[in-house]
Amino acid sequence: MIKLILRQLFFVITTFFGVTLITFYLQTLAPNTGEEQQYSEYIARVFQGDLGVSSSTRTPVSEEFLAHLPASVELVVLASTLALFIGLPLGIVSAINHRKPTDLIINYTSLTAYSMPIFWWGIILIMFFSLNLGVTPVAGRLSFLFDIEPVTGFILIDTFISKEPYHMDAFKDAIHHLTLPVLVLATMPTAIIARMARQTMLETLANDYMLTAQAKGLSKFKIYWVHGLRNALIPFTNMLVLQISTLMTGAMLTEYLFSLPGIGKWILDALEKSDFQSLQGGILITTTLVIFINAIIEMLQTWLNPKRLKRTRIYNG
Amino acid sequence: MSNCYPYRSTLFLLYLLVVFGCSENNQSSVKDTGLVYCSQGSPETFNPQVGTSGTSFDANARVLFNRLLSIDSATGDILPSLAKQWKKSRDGLIYTLDLRHEVQFHTTQWFKPSRSFNSSDVLFSFERQANKDHFFHQVEGMTYNYFNSTGLADNLLDVSAIDHDTVAFHLKEPDPSFLIYLTMEFSSILSAEYAEHIQKNNIRKEEIDHKPIGTGPFKLKRYQTDAFIRYTAHPDYMDGAEAIENLVFAITPDPSLRYARLISGECDVMAQPLSSHYQLLKNNPELRVQHQAGLNIGYWAFNTLIKPFDNPTVRKALSHAINRETILQTVFNNLGEISNSPLPITMKPYHNDRLAEIKYDPELAKKLLAEAGYGDGFEMDIWAIPIQRPYNPDGHMMAELMQEDLRQIGVKANIVSYNWATFLNKVSQGEHQTALLGWVADTQDAGNFLSNLLSCSAIKSKTNRAFWCNPVFDDLITQAQHTSNMKLKKNLYYSAQEIFREELPWLPIGSGQSIQASHRDVKNLNIRLTGGISFSGVNKEVPSS
Repeated sequence: MIKLILRQLFFVITTFFGVTLITFYLQTLAPNTGEEQQYSEYIARVFQGDLGVSSSTRTPVSEEFLAHLPASVELVVLASTLALFIGLPLGIVSAINHRKPTDLIINYTSLTAYSMPIFWWGIILIMFFSLNLGVTPVAGRLSFLFDIEPVTGFILIDTFISKEPYHMDAFKDAIHHLTLPVLVLATMPTAIIARMARQTMLETLANDYMLTAQAKGLSKFKIYWVHGLRNALIPFTNMLVLQISTLMTGAMLTEYLFSLPGIGKWILDALEKSDFQSLQGGILITTTLVIFINAIIEMLQTWLNPKRLKRTRIYNG
Repeated sequence: MSNCYPYRSTLFLLYLLVVFGCSENNQSSVKDTGLVYCSQGSPETFNPQVGTSGTSFDANARVLFNRLLSIDSATGDILPSLAKQWKKSRDGLIYTLDLRHEVQFHTTQWFKPSRSFNSSDVLFSFERQANKDHFFHQVEGMTYNYFNSTGLADNLLDVSAIDHDTVAFHLKEPDPSFLIYLTMEFSSILSAEYAEHIQKNNIRKEEIDHKPIGTGPFKLKRYQTDAFIRYTAHPDYMDGAEAIENLVFAITPDPSLRYARLISGECDVMAQPLSSHYQLLKNNPELRVQHQAGLNIGYWAFNTLIKPFDNPTVRKALSHAINRETILQTVFNNLGEISNSPLPITMKPYHNDRLAEIKYDPELAKKLLAEAGYGDGFEMDIWAIPIQRPYNPDGHMMAELMQEDLRQIGVKANIVSYNWATFLNKVSQGEHQTALLGWVADTQDAGNFLSNLLSCSAIKSKTNRAFWCNPVFDDLITQAQHTSNMKLKKNLYYSAQEIFREELPWLPIGSGQSIQASHRDVKNLNIRLTGGISFSGVNKEVPSS
């Protein structure tokens, strides 16, 4: 176990320094920064939490990051929840009806959804729902006329707790604004989850104990949803965490498409405005975050499921 | 499995109820008294005394501030505003203005005025620009472009307060345009009491421009760079509070998104649509499209400080290579007019329509290039304006057309672009070889137009994008500006335009029409001859239910 933690730690640290090398190089591309900076100075500053000051808004980059983080987290959490709530039952239904029409329909639909590029899919939805039908807004997270004080940065919470007389209207309006982006971002994960759930459920259903359960005369419901699902969940969550970086990339594109003020939009805007300080800081924090999350999940999983450790030991000889 | 579905569909129904159910009635009050304008870019600053871009003036001078005088853009008549009346001394050197009483500055979260507007505010507003040692003169490296280019920097000797309600301006030499200057954005009146408050409390002095205080119809509530500007009506506005209580500028640089936001109803009014969207907007029964020939000119400036653009023959060759007819059709959608003079055709009577046409003639262009010693062509950059302006609805498309025209005469052109703020900054530093730019006139005053864009002093004030300086031309426009003999004035401007035509520091492309689109329930929104947008007096028609 300790060996594993050390290995993860080593992995995190080397990757982190690799990233700082790249972001440091980015700085040399920036025009007239004024002072020349050494890599050692840069690293020292980074460890003090000083990521510089944005050249376009003149606020510290770390502050900018924190201001944009909630919008991204909100989007990712909503989309992954939606994906889980739709994808998981779909996958299980598909597995239970293995090779029946229901299975085929779900399977092909999820394959299509899986291969849909976010940008294209998002634009198609905007054209249909916003421009043709006029039922959803095209961009942003709240109608401009609602003035809601950002307290937590999460628009659903802020509108809900706001003391403005129109705050419930604003809350509805926020849901209204989030509908399309969440749908767009959830599409691919829903498909992935459905396919993974189907896969693991099929493997579980093929186990001997399922046959035993059937022989015991348990109800169909109990067999599939209690015995089957519980055992399928472990390999399923393992596969799920691998999707975190896919989800984050997707969130960046979705934010850009719908002008949501999240991390992705912030970084892409910084690129457009040649705001190298924000770009540098943004890339460094997001990559570090992804590395950390991955490492922590990896360790948690090993802790929860020691079999994995044994397996890696065997593989390592 | 069967108990799962009803649960999920209940959730879904609940969602539908929350989002779409009975939400219309409650929202109406906010929508009826609020207006969202899809603007093109963030303002450079909230101080109207610095900067020259129309997008900034829309967001500062026309919303937050008033001037001593105002002007009727159609007739050119000078009208009272913060000053009730004015008097010119016989020698034309002293202007005395009587100020309006009981005009209130904005009360905001960051400042509560204790007194109404008086002569000390006027003094502060002009001294800040004139006196280089003034505490608020140097703020964030801004330059007072208009104060310099109108010549006031040299010509304004003194502003003095005769009493609380009377001010006097002393000039070195008479200037017939002086009253017009007082109507322009840079002459906006700022609060002296607010400035003292900042200085006394050791607040960062930049705050005076970040959190502005004025007397205008709206006051600033919240600003988020590149996202929105939120204003509320000034309850004590001197001409009565506005019907629109909440005014929001939704900053939307992407013209397609502006269009989509207008169509989907998120914006009530949009700035400068792309010409390719024009027909779609016109065909939409819910929208109103207004357009008007503008007092503007789009041009292709050659940086005359660098080779080979310092050579007039090269400039002529490049000018003859461009097919402006095609540009008018494709870029302007035929909503504009080609001009051979730096003055827009609408600037009557000073626009010289007798100038020789700058014909599209690739053969002549090639001959001229060979004459200048560039028979084999060369490589160059065209900087394309990144935002949509009346004088250039699509800079990139225009640059692409020109790229192709130039290829025909053996010149390889690369298109360069930056975001608007960077673009303006780099162009004013002269980093460009050639640039597609333009200018919207502030008034019917040709002198203002020519001296801002082409005079030697405009190089210093950073609005002469060709960095072209011709003493004879300068002399002619200075003389024209200082004469009140209309015939002589016209002749002097005509001669100046002839010198321009000979030298071609830029290729004038043409004047485009100002276009704005709005929802039909927005009433009393006028289109301004001098460009820009003003929400004073606008209201929304409340649907009867």
